[in-house]
Amino acid sequence: MQFIPISYYLIFCSVLFCIGVIGVLIKRNALLILMSVELMINSINLLLAAFSTYLNDPAGQIFVFFIMVVAAAEVAIGLAIIVVIYRTTHSIDIDVLNKLKW
Amino acid sequence: MKDLIVTLIPVFPLLGFLILGLGFNRIPKKLASLIGPGTVLISFILSFIIFVIIAAGSRRGVQTWPVTEVFNWMTFGGLSLSFSFYIDPLSALMLLVVTGVGFLIHVYSIGYMEHDQGYNRFFAYMNLFVFFMLILVMGANYLIMFIGWEGVGLCSYLLIGFWFRNQEFNNAAKKAFIMNRIGDLGFLLGMFLLFTTFGSLNYIDVFHNAKGFLPGTGVVTAITLLLFAGAVGKSAQIPLYTWLPDAMAGPTPVSALIHAATMVTAGVYMVARSNILYALAPATMTVVAVTGLVTALFAAAIAIYQNDIKKILAYSTISQLGYMFLGLGLGAFTGAMFHLITHAFFKALLFLAAGSVIHAMDGEQDIRKMGGLGSALPKTRWTFLIGTITIAGMPPFAGFFSKDEILSSVFTHSMILWVVAVTGALMTAFYMFRLYFLTFSGNFRGNIKQLQHLRDAEPVMMIPLILLAFLSVTGGIINLPALAGGSAWLHSFLGPVFADATPLLKGPVYFLDAQTDYLLVGVTIVYVAVMIVVAWSRFVKKSLIPDEATILRSPVARILTNKFYIDELYDLLFVRPSLWLSKVCHDVMEIRIIDRTVNGAGTLVVKAGNTIRYLQTGHVGFYVFMMVVGIIAILLFNLVI
Amino acid sequence: MFTKYIFFFLSTVALYSAIMVLLSRKPIHSVLYLTLTFFAIAGHYILLNAQFLAVVHVIVYAGAIMVLFLFTVMLLNLNKEEVSPKPVWIKIVAIIAGCLLMIVLIGIFRGYDIAIEKDPALTQIGLVKNLGQVLYKQYLLPFELASILFLTAMVGAVLLGKKEQI
Repeated sequence: MQFIPISYYLIFCSVLFCIGVIGVLIKRNALLILMSVELMINSINLLLAAFSTYLNDPAGQIFVFFIMVVAAAEVAIGLAIIVVIYRTTHSIDIDVLNKLKW
Repeated sequence: MKDLIVTLIPVFPLLGFLILGLGFNRIPKKLASLIGPGTVLISFILSFIIFVIIAAGSRRGVQTWPVTEVFNWMTFGGLSLSFSFYIDPLSALMLLVVTGVGFLIHVYSIGYMEHDQGYNRFFAYMNLFVFFMLILVMGANYLIMFIGWEGVGLCSYLLIGFWFRNQEFNNAAKKAFIMNRIGDLGFLLGMFLLFTTFGSLNYIDVFHNAKGFLPGTGVVTAITLLLFAGAVGKSAQIPLYTWLPDAMAGPTPVSALIHAATMVTAGVYMVARSNILYALAPATMTVVAVTGLVTALFAAAIAIYQNDIKKILAYSTISQLGYMFLGLGLGAFTGAMFHLITHAFFKALLFLAAGSVIHAMDGEQDIRKMGGLGSALPKTRWTFLIGTITIAGMPPFAGFFSKDEILSSVFTHSMILWVVAVTGALMTAFYMFRLYFLTFSGNFRGNIKQLQHLRDAEPVMMIPLILLAFLSVTGGIINLPALAGGSAWLHSFLGPVFADATPLLKGPVYFLDAQTDYLLVGVTIVYVAVMIVVAWSRFVKKSLIPDEATILRSPVARILTNKFYIDELYDLLFVRPSLWLSKVCHDVMEIRIIDRTVNGAGTLVVKAGNTIRYLQTGHVGFYVFMMVVGIIAILLFNLVI
Repeated sequence: MFTKYIFFFLSTVALYSAIMVLLSRKPIHSVLYLTLTFFAIAGHYILLNAQFLAVVHVIVYAGAIMVLFLFTVMLLNLNKEEVSPKPVWIKIVAIIAGCLLMIVLIGIFRGYDIAIEKDPALTQIGLVKNLGQVLYKQYLLPFELASILFLTAMVGAVLLGKKEQI
């Protein structure tokens, strides 16, 4: 009987991760950038879970659990920041936010 | 119980240092004058208890003494170092000298330093010194001794430069420190060699292993020579003696405690402690003896033409230390230790009396400007006279017995050496009485202002003087030779310490028949008396006051006045070349190479920063893009590798 | 065999909807496509027999996070096309960079494999019972710390969301 090789998961997750990276690169909308970041996090989560199962080690799934915890906190804070940015600049275009330079 | 007492001995001076040192001038003077001498007094009492225990054990015939481990300091590789103390008759005796004389000098300082601004600082340093000296004496291995060794060097530096506003005093302090470093390098190297040879630095292990070596083994000779280099630096022997006269820049109690009674004798103690090693190296013994003899003569000759009251005493200290090393070099360890103890008494006495004179004379130290102080300072005069007679070696004072013991052991080795050594002793008698007569006899030569408040110092200064004078007179009792009806107690007390070394020494150490001994003693006494009369006739009867014009006429006197031009020689040989080298290094290495490199690095960073900062656009997208490019680069790099 | 088909099906759905997240013109559509992606990934978790993770994933991502996104979009009335999309050349460069990263990653992972005897779908570690044992024994302290993290995040979000100037 043939199982799904771990490399399938690796490749699938790489592709998903790269889609997230491209999203961060091409989008100017802060909201969409945050969503792309979520995509990347999920690809990593899946990979961790896959390895956890394949190596029969529960630590990987616990990691996924904690990553979800952090991601949830991150999204809450991130969206709050986006709201504040929108209130002050009436835009969520990140290229407007270029004050942080010499 | 005994271990606790031993551990507590050095703790009290350290406490005193911490309290006085951290409290600065917030601690009132009265409290400081209680803490400073008080801590040393406690140490003295504890040392006395220990001494009694050791002496009792020694009478019962105890031959070995336990090591008191305070804590395990460090262990690495084959080296295990414990911070531990070793109390045997030798160190018990040294403990008594250090704390006893130290306490008296502390008490004296209460009066001497009374009007000084750095009163608390002074006592803090003095306590620290006593602490390090105790560590040096009590340590159970060479490393602990080295800690004390360096510590007393540090305190010596701090106290010579105590009046740090005077640049000359600072220079003297630096000179002492650097000269000591030269010797300490030898000590350190000796320690390394000791460890590689014996695999341990503990006295007990080293001395036990040393018994397996044949006399004259090269490595033991090297070790002892290197250790002796340290002793030469610390105990101001030729060629590293020039710091001691300059060290007189410090306050007089410092000169008395550090530069006469205790610290400078550390070298003697170290050699006596390592007696087995030295007994195994006859070549080193010869070096030690020759160095000691030459130094004794040399310093005594210089002292004859000095006019500074403290410098004369400093040269006499060097000379007396030379006698101790002469004794050590000839195997008369007990004689050297005996002289060390009596010397501590009478030299401290002389320095303190000199301090009293200087105090009365408003800081004047030139004996040509003194004279006739005998009637104004009767107590100082009598104590000083006792000290002078003691150092000159007249019976029945302590100095006579100790010096005689060294001289007799010299005689057993060689007649010629004995003549030379006695010449040094005669010179000592002459310059000391010259000092005494010029200071206390004749007419007063100072100014009217000094004359007005010429008087003996207050009791707090005089009582230590009187006690020390008493000790100088009676100190000989501890080792009264059989000839004088004594039992040579010190010999039997220190005997076990030197037991292993004695059989290794060639000649008999102290076995003269009574007739010869009486003859030698008689000859010495007669000549010393003659020297005293000569000094009397020159400086009292003819009241000759040394002045530049008459001195410069005689070439010998000129050389002696200029101290053999040794300082000038060192200046020419070592100081100027190193100054020249420093200048070259500064001009070429420092300015041309190092400065340019350092400045260049700074300029490079600024310029690179000015260029690269254009990359910082503030656009997040751009940053993320660069990050992705970076990640790709790293992954590709890993893929290729 | 059957699981393989499910794997390919779920992967296709996930990748398609992930690409659609980027291609959609309206943010609300992006959010909905992202939800779809998350469901597909939840399917993957079930495929790996990580049932606990699958459930938590659906609750946290599809339930909480996506609702937060939707609320933000609606509250700020952002549901319109991007006013000024990035210049085309930047997009092209970005896509090239992303694809390069993908190629490098695939190049690294290709051929990597773990030899297994048992069907991964039959492992028991992903069950609530087993994970709970590990989480409450070995990882108790991080678990408790996570609650503090949440508290901090909550305070931060409230503080940021307040209208008046801080």
